[in-house]
Amino acid sequence: MAKPKVLVTRRVPSEGIDILKDSCDVDIWDSDDVMPRATLLERIKGVNGIFCTIKDEIDVEALDAAGPNLKIVGTMSVGTDHIKVTECEKRQIYVATTPDVASDSAAELTVALLLITTRRIAEGLAAIKAGEAGPWKPMWLLGNNSMGKTLGIFGFGRVGFGIARRMKPFGVSKILYTDIFDCNYAEGVATRVPFDELLKESDILCICCAVTQQTKGLFDEKVFKKMKKSAVLINTSRGAVINQKHLYDALKNNDIKAAGLDVTDPEPLPVEDPLMKLNNCVILPHLGTNTWEARRAMSINTAKNIVASLVQ
Amino acid sequence: MGIQRKVYVTRRVPEPGIQILKAAGCELTFWDSDEAISKDELIKGINGVDALFCMLTDCIDDEVLEAAGPNLKVVSTMSVGYEHIDLKACEKRNIRVCNTPNVSTDSVAELTVALLLLTSRRLLEGVQAVKDGEWGKWKPMWLCGMELAQKTVGILGLGRIGYGVARRLKPFGVQKILYHDVCKVAYADDVGACFAEFDTLLTECDVICICCNLTPQTKHKFNKAAFEKMKSHAILVNSGRGGVIQHDHLLEALTSGEIAAAGLDVTDPEPLPKDHPLVKQHNCIVLPHMGSNTWDSRNHMSETAADNILSIFDGKTAVGLVQ
Repeated sequence: MAKPKVLVTRRVPSEGIDILKDSCDVDIWDSDDVMPRATLLERIKGVNGIFCTIKDEIDVEALDAAGPNLKIVGTMSVGTDHIKVTECEKRQIYVATTPDVASDSAAELTVALLLITTRRIAEGLAAIKAGEAGPWKPMWLLGNNSMGKTLGIFGFGRVGFGIARRMKPFGVSKILYTDIFDCNYAEGVATRVPFDELLKESDILCICCAVTQQTKGLFDEKVFKKMKKSAVLINTSRGAVINQKHLYDALKNNDIKAAGLDVTDPEPLPVEDPLMKLNNCVILPHLGTNTWEARRAMSINTAKNIVASLVQ
Repeated sequence: MGIQRKVYVTRRVPEPGIQILKAAGCELTFWDSDEAISKDELIKGINGVDALFCMLTDCIDDEVLEAAGPNLKVVSTMSVGYEHIDLKACEKRNIRVCNTPNVSTDSVAELTVALLLLTSRRLLEGVQAVKDGEWGKWKPMWLCGMELAQKTVGILGLGRIGYGVARRLKPFGVQKILYHDVCKVAYADDVGACFAEFDTLLTECDVICICCNLTPQTKHKFNKAAFEKMKSHAILVNSGRGGVIQHDHLLEALTSGEIAAAGLDVTDPEPLPKDHPLVKQHNCIVLPHMGSNTWDSRNHMSETAADNILSIFDGKTAVGLVQ
């Protein structure tokens, strides 16, 4: 009986590839760079499974090119906005993701970005590199403690919960969340509030939701006007949740105090983008799960998802 | 004629402390600048005062105390560290020394954890890549760092700040917290931290945070011999005082891969010039001493330094009495 055919669209941690090779015929695009579109459409023909990343568009064209043997799309991510999920459902193709194994890394990164932004650490780093830091001064480059502040979380899933847990010993006085349903694991950690209240009350607001019809462009000028002028906005979910032009204006006009972004639209963000020039906007290159531990686990999990689907 | 209350303030400082001194009828003179005062100016300004309100950048040695004259009763520093003050010289002249403990603890513990994460997650390299236009499309194995979950963290100096760091690290899922100090402390149990010998800290830990002050015991404690004992993937974080690390040996350890990375909020000297090898080293993150860089902390530090002065004037016990 022929082994199932799997296309791997990128060089990934080898632990996942080893698992696949045990029971499948594996075709790998063995590069750190994204597989060119034409090559993807060619090599996807007739496969039973795809192991992809967020930079591969698995749309109708790709699914058509793959043909009827395709049973599973395993993405090495939690987000699925690069996959036409409804089309996969129609064709009975299973879409597998890697929740849980990456949550700790993502929550940890969000807390790191939060602290860098509230404590103006990026400006400190830049001052040292530019030789502009002098001997200690009492009133230079002052930021804000998290102690006594209200933390708001938009989307109280695994990552949102992980952020709340980690921020408690920093002495935040209140943790609020907005989500589409009550989360029972929030008990003793965070209180559910409507969106407008989250905006009005939060000193630090973390966006931790998926990008959907409901959330795309949700954070716009109307929302920024409802937030505190002293508020810090953190986004480690997907760039498209924020209207970036409106964010730029809000930061320039002090409608909110600062923003920390690990995700943007597009990614990468071009160096000439206006947001890059703002001192009160910290931008990271989508590092959310950038630990060897998480990436290995994501690779292993994706491979296991695919093998479980294809090998009886 | 009332009690003399002449106070010399060696910098522009947050208002709250100044208001407290003025309200108590003190006569204030200032080095009215955001920049550090020179020794010559300090010697001039301190002459004849009853109290000195100083910064950690001011070297309060025998020469300065001599220039003050016989009225000087207290040296009150707007900092926790006091290694810039010659304690023996003050004792000789019956001058009290005060600092500002507690009020900046939370800020410094928070900054220490931020610096730890900055280093373990390689965020300086990330920020730089964005600025330099080197951020490409998402890659599975680009710029990967270390996750804190399941790691062993070591703390040198489990005082107020060390304890605050341990508390904050717990929900990150660290597996073990070890600490080394001059003695065991009961409150270590509250954060599940276990006492360890210094060598054990070096050999067992994935991350080590220096949260101790600078004393003859701790000076250059992190030297070549120490780095040799550490794990090659280990990260060292220093928010105590720069002098605890022998900087040349640190550079050697970072370039040779003896340890993985270092995050420094304090250095020797401070600040490091932009062409210093540690500033240019890709796996070394240097911050400009931001430990207590919040308005909350600095306002409280200013108040406490002022309160310390008034306590000494009034014959009361100062909150921050060092000696």
